[in-house]
Parts: sequence; C-alpha cells; structure tokens
Amino acid sequence: MQGNIASAEGALAAGCTFFAGYPITPSTEVAEHMAARMPKIKGSCFIQMEDEIASMAAIIGGAWTGARSMTATSGPGFSLMMENIGYAVMTETPCVLVNIQRGGPSTGQPTMGAQGDMMQVRFGSHGDYSIIALCPSNVQECFDLTAKAFNLADRFRTPVFLMADEVIGHMREKIEIPDSVEVIRPKSLPEGALPFAPGPDGVPGFAAFGTGRHTHVTGLTHDERGYPDTTNATRHETLVRRLVSKIEDARHEIADYTIFNEDAQYIFVCYGAPVRTVREVVERIKTPDTGYLQLRIVWPFPEELLKRFPNARAFIVPEMNLGMMSREVERHACVPVILVSRIGGELHTPEELIESVRSAGGNL
Amino acid sequence: MKDEWLRVDRLPHIYCAGCGNGTIINCVLEAIAQTGWDQTQTVFLSGIGCSSRAPGYILTDSLHTTHGRAIAFATGVKMANPSLHVVVFTGDGDLAAIGGNHFIHACRRNIDITVVCMNNHIYGMTGGQGSPTTPLGKTSTTTPYGAAESPFDLAELAIAAGANYVARWTSFHVKQLTEAVLTGFHTPGFSLIEVRCQCPTSYGRRNKYREPMDYMTYLKSHAILKEKWERTMQPGDELPAESFLVGEFIRRSRPVMGASDEA
Repeated sequence: MQGNIASAEGALAAGCTFFAGYPITPSTEVAEHMAARMPKIKGSCFIQMEDEIASMAAIIGGAWTGARSMTATSGPGFSLMMENIGYAVMTETPCVLVNIQRGGPSTGQPTMGAQGDMMQVRFGSHGDYSIIALCPSNVQECFDLTAKAFNLADRFRTPVFLMADEVIGHMREKIEIPDSVEVIRPKSLPEGALPFAPGPDGVPGFAAFGTGRHTHVTGLTHDERGYPDTTNATRHETLVRRLVSKIEDARHEIADYTIFNEDAQYIFVCYGAPVRTVREVVERIKTPDTGYLQLRIVWPFPEELLKRFPNARAFIVPEMNLGMMSREVERHACVPVILVSRIGGELHTPEELIESVRSAGGNL
Repeated sequence: MKDEWLRVDRLPHIYCAGCGNGTIINCVLEAIAQTGWDQTQTVFLSGIGCSSRAPGYILTDSLHTTHGRAIAFATGVKMANPSLHVVVFTGDGDLAAIGGNHFIHACRRNIDITVVCMNNHIYGMTGGQGSPTTPLGKTSTTTPYGAAESPFDLAELAIAAGANYVARWTSFHVKQLTEAVLTGFHTPGFSLIEVRCQCPTSYGRRNKYREPMDYMTYLKSHAILKEKWERTMQPGDELPAESFLVGEFIRRSRPVMGASDEA
C-alpha cells in the first residue's frame, strides 16, 4: 500500500467523516482516495474546495459539528492554510492536517521529498501557540499515526499534523491493518460548564454545534464564555499561556519514540524518511558505538529523551532541510550536535551518516 | 420570540449610533421567527468586520471566523451536518474582496446556505477604507480623491455564479427585506440577500451623508424597484445617476448541495 493511501485509510479507520481538500502534489492521493471511499460510507462527506484556505476553513466548520475532520496538502497549500490553522488553535478546534512535504521554498520540487516545513508547522501562524506534529518513517506509520492524530486532536482540542514527506507518501510497503483502532473522542462539556472553561488538564469540554449549548466561537481573544475580550492583558495572557501549556505540559507523557542502544556514544536523533538510513547504519551495518532516537511525535519536543543516553558524546541529526529540528536538539543537548543536511529530494546515504560519526570523533 | 434569540448578556453592542446593521439583524431574526426553526439547529457564521460581529449577539451556536472565509467555514458546517440551518452575515469587503473566491464557488455549488451581506460600501471596522463596492468617485481614507475603480454588483455576481436566490434591498425597506430573507431561507441552494445600508461614521461622514437619515433618505429615493424599471424602461434607457435596482433578482431551482434529507 502507498503511504498516502495508508494515511487516508488510517483516517477512515479512526472514524474521519469529513474531508475537505485541494489537489497538490505530492499529497493528492490522500484526497483521491477519500473521494473514492467516503461517498460509500454513510454519514461521510468528501468535498473538493476552491483552495487550501477554504479547505482548512471547511474542516474547522466540519469539526464544530462533531465530525472527525481532515485535510491533506503540501508546502504551498500549507502556507495558505496558516491563518486558519491559527484560528483552529485559538478556538481549540480538533482537526487533522496531513502535510506531504516537498522541496521548497515556493513551488520548488513538487515531486521530491523534503522536511522543510518542520518549523513552519510549529511557528508558521502568527502569535504564540503550540501544536502536535507526528512524523511517519514508513507506510505502516502513515496508517497508525494518522489514526492516532485524531485521538490527540480530540484529547487536546487542537489541530494535529501528520508531517510526512514525498518519499514516505509515495512509497509502497506491506502493512498490517488492524480490525479496529482505538478511538478517544473529546470529553464532553459538563452540564452548566462554560464552553471555554478548562478542565484540570487545561482542555475545555466540547459541545458540538446542534447539541443545544449555543456556543459562540471566535478567533478574538475571548473569556470562558467564548465572548470577545480583546483589551484585557491578563485575559489574553491567561488564554494564550493555557493554549500553549495544555500541549507543552503533556510533552513527555505523549512522547512517541524508539530508542535503540542507550549505551551509544554517537546518537542519531531522527524522524521521517531519514530514520530509514539511520536504521541501516545502526542496526544492519552495526556501526560501532552508535544508537538512535526516532521521534514519531516531534512537536511538542520531548527533550528529556536526550538524557536517556548517558554516554552520549554527540547527537547527530540527519534532516532533509538545512537544519530545523537540529536547532531544537541543540537547545537541550549538553554535548555537540551535528547536523547532516540533505536537500534536493534524495535520502541520506549510509556512507554519509557513517562519515558523520567519524567526524564527530567516532573511532571507526 | 425574537428576544429569546438574542444574547442579551453581550449587550451593549459595538455598533456606532445610526449604524444600519442593527436594523438588518432585526429583520433576519424577524424572518427566522416566521420559519419556526429550532434555535439549537441553527448556526450563524461570519467573517471579519462590523457585519461579522452580528452572530455574537444572537443566541445560537455561532462561528466568528477569519476575514473573508465565513462561507468556506459554512460549507464545512453544512456539508458535515446538512440538518443544520446555516446563515452567514458578511459585509462588502469580507464577501467581495478577500472572500470573493469563496463567494462565487459557494454560488456555483449552490450550497444550501443563506448569506446576508450588509453592504455599506466601506471598511467600517478599520476606519473607512474603500471597498469593492465603493461607488466611483466616492471618498474613503484610501480613495481620498474619489474611488477610481468600478464597483462590483454583488447581485449580478451571485446570479452569474449560479446562486438559486438573489435579492437586494436596503436598511430602509425593512418589510421587503424581511420577506426576502424568509424567501432565502425557504429556497434550497445558495441565497444572497444584499442589503445596502448606512455607515454614518465611516462612509457618510466623508460623502455628505453625515446624519444617518441622510443616507436612509438617499437609499429610499434612489432605490428603483426592479419590476417597475423593467416594465417602464425604454430600450437604451440607463438607470438615473446614483440609482440602483432593488427587489428579487432571481429565484430558480438549479441542483443544490448540502440540502437536508428532510427538506
């Protein structure tokens, strides 16, 4: 199965009933598959919108009716979605976005893979906020992590991003599709509670439109009733700090990762397509003194995991960009961080990564 | 009944003295009273601008969205749950400038929503900049020497793009406006009701309609009933200067999207 199709199937398995999208290479197969599948599923709707701005708007509208809602896009479309992504953050709207990353900036390389949107997904919309971003490194993870994204979106009431790339999206591998996937819907709004009053975890209960709660939803700074209150500094600070902390405070609890060889001295910190080359170098070639940390949830960044390698002499970060997550690793690491950049659409070679271990001081 | 639909704990509202928006909200709620719609099954949406604050004063589920995008959000709400009644408040800048693309595509799809456009020919919220409906020669903060661009005719635009119901009235014509909104609610598919209205603060002040009644008087005296015009006009006749047509422009039954199964 192709990665993009696996992502669509993962969404359907999780009960996604509303998809709005716009064609863009290399993500289009997600929309095409949804267009073929959803009309045959009762109560489901696929709609092709006029652009990515409208797609993002539509899934937010869909989400407020209680439907699990998703869109899929790539770099240029992702840029267009940014304003409404901020709206989803501010209004605490659960929704899922699949970004099959391609080479940028601008139109760049539509058919080649990249990891150039890793900072945009975290910081691309205006203002302070946090989001959750997942990165698959194979087709099975496209299925599993897309399904998981819906649970995280509902639990934290936030947009959640599947940050795949063209390599993984267009790759075909065998996968196992479970009979059912775990589905955790948002906690409902308690009777008498205000629609934006947070629970102990910082997340308010959710009342879908049409359920009689008469919720006013606005992108303006608002009080717990949802009413605009835009000039009160304390109100704004309390709201925005909560939107950030409800996600950041959970970063270690929700961390999704694989650690290989905690005793290693040279540790690859990796996500997405480069994980494949890392595993080749560490597990198959068995390059001495190496291990890896694969992150499936990249944002919020679980920095405590770096401490799991007591013998670390260097963290090596292979990325298909000119250095994005490597900066985050650098912020938290107490040993040198070595970036191995690859742009242009090709994967790192094993030799390249072995050489990076050598340059880090590895005695190979 | 109308009072039950007002979010009274949100009052006082932000509208300036003499603003036409309150009249229009009143007409829309009056029309809703005549539909018998369930308050819990009705959703109001809006974008950004003075018009778009309207849903905040109405006691239903409501989505006050990003600038120009209300119709795209509304498309999501309606397609995901067709049993909801979906109404959009918008303004001329919100609908015809930044939201123009969503507007024409929603007309083309004939998505079953009703859009009420408060057309005051100006960006009121941001202090009076020219909009796509500012008439030629009229003054705004961004057209200090008079607007040099031709304005959109919102009704013609909606008709050409495929909407099933299009009407235009003014904040003076409250009875006709209420009836038009009601017809829009009852017509399956996309309905646009354009309402020309006064903005004494940002438009009137710069265009010799300083008092609210000045522009109301203009609306009354320059609105020509479409049926009457078509009945009496001679070939080659043009509308008198500064005049415009009001009335029902189209009511048809092209294929629609998002209509409830119950309808």
